[in-house]
Amino acid sequence: MSALSELYQEVILDHHKKPRNFYKLKGANRSAEGDNPLCGDRIYVYLQLEDGVIREISFQGTGCAISRASASLMTASLKGKTQAEAESLFKKFHRMVTRGGNGSLDPAELGKLAVFSGVSEFPVRVKCATLAWHTLRAALKGKEEIVSTE
Amino acid sequence: MNELATLTKEVKEPVSERLDVEAVRKEFPILKREVHGKPLVYLDSAATSQKPLEVIETLNHFYRTTNANIHRGIYLISEEATALYEGARKKVARFLGARSWREVIFTRSATEAINLVAYAWGRENVKAGDVILLTEMEHHSNLIPWQLLAKEKEARLEFIRFDNEGHLQLEDLDTYLKEKVKIVALTQMSNVLGTINPVKEITKRAHDAGAVVLVDGAQSVPHMRVNVQEIGCDFLAFSGHKMCGPSGIGGLYGRKEILEKMNPFLGGGEMILEVTLRDARWNELPYKFEAGTQSIADGIGLGKAVDFLNRIGLDAICEHERELVEYAMNRLNEVEGVKIYGPHDEERGSALAITLEGVHPHDLASLLDAEGIAVRAGHHCTMPLHQKLEVPATTRASFYLYNTKEEVDKLVEGLRKSKELFGI
Repeated sequence: MSALSELYQEVILDHHKKPRNFYKLKGANRSAEGDNPLCGDRIYVYLQLEDGVIREISFQGTGCAISRASASLMTASLKGKTQAEAESLFKKFHRMVTRGGNGSLDPAELGKLAVFSGVSEFPVRVKCATLAWHTLRAALKGKEEIVSTE
Repeated sequence: MNELATLTKEVKEPVSERLDVEAVRKEFPILKREVHGKPLVYLDSAATSQKPLEVIETLNHFYRTTNANIHRGIYLISEEATALYEGARKKVARFLGARSWREVIFTRSATEAINLVAYAWGRENVKAGDVILLTEMEHHSNLIPWQLLAKEKEARLEFIRFDNEGHLQLEDLDTYLKEKVKIVALTQMSNVLGTINPVKEITKRAHDAGAVVLVDGAQSVPHMRVNVQEIGCDFLAFSGHKMCGPSGIGGLYGRKEILEKMNPFLGGGEMILEVTLRDARWNELPYKFEAGTQSIADGIGLGKAVDFLNRIGLDAICEHERELVEYAMNRLNEVEGVKIYGPHDEERGSALAITLEGVHPHDLASLLDAEGIAVRAGHHCTMPLHQKLEVPATTRASFYLYNTKEEVDKLVEGLRKSKELFGI
């Protein structure tokens, strides 16, 4: 498989076309806005956080296929997870997209998120894949300002 | 002829009226390379142009044989370096149609040239309540320096709008010129829309109303004949690396009378005549504005780039690009879902910003890169312009003298493949 078809796997294209949890969550008690000025991506992540557990999560916004699919798969992976579990998953995800997952990571730990392993071959696209995650972390911390990848 | 004479020799007339693109391509070593196993298709010349061999070798030759600081050494190679650097300035001055080489100030970039004016001219001349008139299509480099000035001086920023075809709405110019407009600063060619603005006409109207005019020539100077006396503008900023020259060199043309009245921009060595602990007298033009050791080799390289462009001929380059853009617009229109921004007539520059329905510009650029095609995706340093177009980003293909119709075909093929992959 070429590096490019590794990047644009079917799962990614599917989540791009039919993003999951793509709406504004009513009753969200945490939210944040993320911005990637380089490509004009903008994303909003909404959370319903109860006792440190993510009960509900959704997102909205515009972006490239990688950023939208990443947001979609992120929301799908985090429902019911604790804040600490979310943070741990972010670290693994980040390591995979920046340094490549080979050897050091068990793909099972990342589940479906492993489809983003191809991103590490495209350093300029790392920001696209991590925008949703940075925005999520801002929401979890209760930060009000806009998160930027720049 | 010795080597120094070869470097100093100036080419003034093009060798032929028509551009032989295959011959031109042979002069650009980078065009032989492959990326991702495919021949490089370089469609990002509005960001930076590629460099012909003679420019690359000029840099190499300078550092190997003539490297010395300029304007101060009493020894031979310093004199040679000074002659080369000042020779390059004269070539640029003639290339732009300036009356004197003293009207050409070398800077690092067009951006620095505009900042020079905003600081050195702006701070003396713009007062609270004055209007600084720009357009909605300016590159950030011709927007942010004026925002900084306007905030400091409590001056007003106003903008000439553009219409659906990317043409300026000149009635806005007339409306604002009835107010206290101190300066009109605008691009001659949009780096996104490709619009060529009627800078001569605008300069005339602005001058009649007592305003000063700065033209951002970063996109126009590499691609068409630009003559500052014919335009009549007070300032023109240009970039070396977009016109086949090295990066790190650009410049400002300024009318002598206005430059003489201005205070310096940066202070330091070279820009002074006499210094005491408490005071200094400024050097004459253009050195008053060239503090510190200049980018000597790059300036000389820019002179060589001017020779190169003169040899090929700006008219031939302009005609070649016109044909290419016309062909590209026709071919791109064949692809369903493609939208082209900017003028759809022939009188336009060679920057083509597009969107492809269903494929984000950033994805499109990645997919084209896999085909060896280098395009730019994003807002191209024109965020307000994209806000007006109501798109977060576009994909931009921009052409220069070395691009071919076959490369346009590859671009179109790349768009089709991208649609296929995205299932559109």
